[in-house]
Amino acid sequence: MNIVVCLKQVPGTTEVKINPETNTLIRQGIKNIINPFDSYALEEGVRLKEKFGGKVTAISMGPAQAVDMLKETISLGADEAVLLSDRAFAGADTWATAYTLAGAVRKMGQIDLIICGRQSTDGDTAQVGPEMAEMLGAAFTAYVCQIEEISAGQMRVKRMMDEGYEIIQSTLPAVITVTKEINIPRLPSLRGVMKSKSAKIPIWTLQDMGLDPKKVGLNGSFTRVVKIFTPQHDKKAEMIHGEPEIQVTCLLGKLREGGLA
Amino acid sequence: MQYFLTDEQKTIKELARKLAEERILPVRAHLDEAEEFPWPIIKDMADSDLFRVFVPAEYEGLGGGCLELSLVVEELSRVCSGVAISYAATALGSYTLMDFGSEELKRKFLPDIAAGKKLCAFALTESTAGSDASGIRTTAEKVEGGYLLNGTKQFITNGGEAELYTIIALTDKSKGPRGASAFMVEKGTPGFTFGKKEKKMGIRASATCELVFQNCLIPEGNIIGRPGMGFIMAMKLLDKSRPGVGAQALGIAQGALEAAYEYTSQRIQFGQAIINQPVVQSMLADMSIQVEAARALIYAAARYADSGAKDITESSAAAKVFASDVAMRVTTDAVQLCGGAGYMKDYPLEKMMRDAKITQIYEGSNQVLRSAVAAELRKRKAKS
Ligand SMILES: Cc1cc2nc3c(=O)[nH]c(=O)nc-3n(C[C@H](O)[C@H](O)[C@H](O)COP(=O)(O)OP(=O)(O)OC[C@H]3O[C@@H](n4cnc5c(N)ncnc54)[C@H](O)[C@@H]3O)c2cc1C
Ligand SMILES: Cc1cc2nc3c(=O)[nH]c(=O)nc-3n(C[C@H](O)[C@H](O)[C@H](O)COP(=O)(O)OP(=O)(O)OC[C@H]3O[C@@H](n4cnc5c(N)ncnc54)[C@H](O)[C@@H]3O)c2cc1C
Repeated sequence: MNIVVCLKQVPGTTEVKINPETNTLIRQGIKNIINPFDSYALEEGVRLKEKFGGKVTAISMGPAQAVDMLKETISLGADEAVLLSDRAFAGADTWATAYTLAGAVRKMGQIDLIICGRQSTDGDTAQVGPEMAEMLGAAFTAYVCQIEEISAGQMRVKRMMDEGYEIIQSTLPAVITVTKEINIPRLPSLRGVMKSKSAKIPIWTLQDMGLDPKKVGLNGSFTRVVKIFTPQHDKKAEMIHGEPEIQVTCLLGKLREGGLA
Repeated sequence: MQYFLTDEQKTIKELARKLAEERILPVRAHLDEAEEFPWPIIKDMADSDLFRVFVPAEYEGLGGGCLELSLVVEELSRVCSGVAISYAATALGSYTLMDFGSEELKRKFLPDIAAGKKLCAFALTESTAGSDASGIRTTAEKVEGGYLLNGTKQFITNGGEAELYTIIALTDKSKGPRGASAFMVEKGTPGFTFGKKEKKMGIRASATCELVFQNCLIPEGNIIGRPGMGFIMAMKLLDKSRPGVGAQALGIAQGALEAAYEYTSQRIQFGQAIINQPVVQSMLADMSIQVEAARALIYAAARYADSGAKDITESSAAAKVFASDVAMRVTTDAVQLCGGAGYMKDYPLEKMMRDAKITQIYEGSNQVLRSAVAAELRKRKAKS
């Protein structure tokens, strides 16, 4: 199987702090890590390769420093890694990011499966995976928590929805996004780390991928971030206790009081 | 302190620390309480290539020496020395094979050991042979088709869990210690069974078990080295492995120092963190100095052993004795600094104090090793 795993470098914290004056993320003093959901994507890719043979290529769009993260993917079992980096890519929204990643996948030729994490911990949109599938004309399944079977150009996966599990059969090539339930990512191996230290990570630019400059980066973005802010939680909740009838009467009274019923 | 480790040594140390913090820390209290052998962690260590560290490159290892092994053991012990010793005992159980075994035996077993597919154990101790190893009674009688083993080994680390056992047994009773030989015995060989599994004060995640041999026939090719060399090989092995036991003690002491520092920085009494008390600072400083001195001695002894030097008895014994005494003192003081909390199982310190004790006892008790150091002193004096 020819597998591509898409990874994003994110600040290594779950508590993203925002500078209230500039409305930008405070990145100082925070180490960058592999977006946690993407490590599950990588692990699944490596496990599939171990089972079916083939190759796992890790890709990321980002600044030059993302090379460190891509080297780490080699220590975790990826065979190759490519960084998509170009000044023109800066400021990309989810659509422009998906367009760029899809461009890299096209350049690679015959790919059977593309695995993404379910969402990033900094942007949190969960849109890049599905957008990329659409652009590539590939089947798409989100929130995959188990790959049940892959054979004869088809795959059957289990996905986790709010209401329960769904079993989905789809064709290959496919794009999936995975949840944390899918596996337990391995630790790096010593031989992997040693290999990763000397690994060469190629950098592909706009030109290398033959992309349309109007469709990448800020230029290609349909959305603009106008403002980032921490919402103020000043709403108060009131718990109504007692027997159901009393609760209902009490709630109705409150709604009428507020002119809502 | 700067120990000028190579990039590769730093990588090994960092990876062992990562594994310990991510995989061992969450379960160490449970493993201790339940006396459970840490199989899932052994699997993680195998996947991370940690068992390759001490195996030569020709047999799919990474060709590290005593220093590399000590770095791994130190980092694992910083979190749980019960897990660390289960790893280190595999090195102990395979060194004799690596140093003296036939090419055929090495080809047969070392790749699986490097891959972490087979754990090893080393068995010298018997009920009549502790500090005085010459008291062993297990015999290996040369018969048609191999050797027939009879006898019982006790207190064997990894006993019951390991697949491969290096056994020291008498091939010629009349010659006493000069009649001992070493053998590789596989688990499952008919006539080889396991006796009592010990319940222990510390390192409770590790397995300590009796090995029972009743007319156990092992192939002739499973002898390691020449007949009669058993004791000499065992003594050489222990000289080489003692820095590793020192590293185990060092890791425990380092873990205890860090935990005591954390606790005393946060615990408020008399209106302020207790670390502000000069008495507390003085104790922490002494602990830190002792830990660093132990580290310096262990790394130096390990490097000396790796240099190929032959006279490593004294340096290895000194490193083991010093580090284990440091571990006992530092863990005791760490419990003290954490007061009542330190005494409770909700905190890791009482476990570290229990775990530290064994390092003063096994692979040569500190009393016996001190007399070995004294003997070297006398030899030096006689030469000068
Ligand atoms: C948890 C555990 C794991 C072990 N794992 C292994 C293993 O994997 N393989 C293996 O072969 N063995 C193993 N052992 C055995 C260990 O090496 C011995 O326990 C150790 O050598 C001490 O021997 P002993 O217990 O018989 O004590 P003894 O020899 O009976 O000694 C008792 C005390 O007397 C002191 N003493 C004895 N002789 C002298 C002397 N000449 N001068 C001064 N003081 C002396 C000792 O210091 C000690 O304090 C293990 C033991 C334990 C507890
Ligand atoms: C098994 C057990 C049974 C107990 N039973 C009882 C009981 O029946 N009734 C009861 O009331 N209590 C009981 N205790 C509580 C016990 O008395 C306290 O644990 C003890 O007073 C120490 O207090 P602490 O644990 O809060 O330690 P802390 O006061 O937090 O002190 C921690 C450490 O900091 C150091 N330290 C603290 N202050 C100073 C200072 N000013 N100068 C220098 N060093 C300092 C000490 O080394 C100390 O060991 C019990 C505790 C245990 C563990």
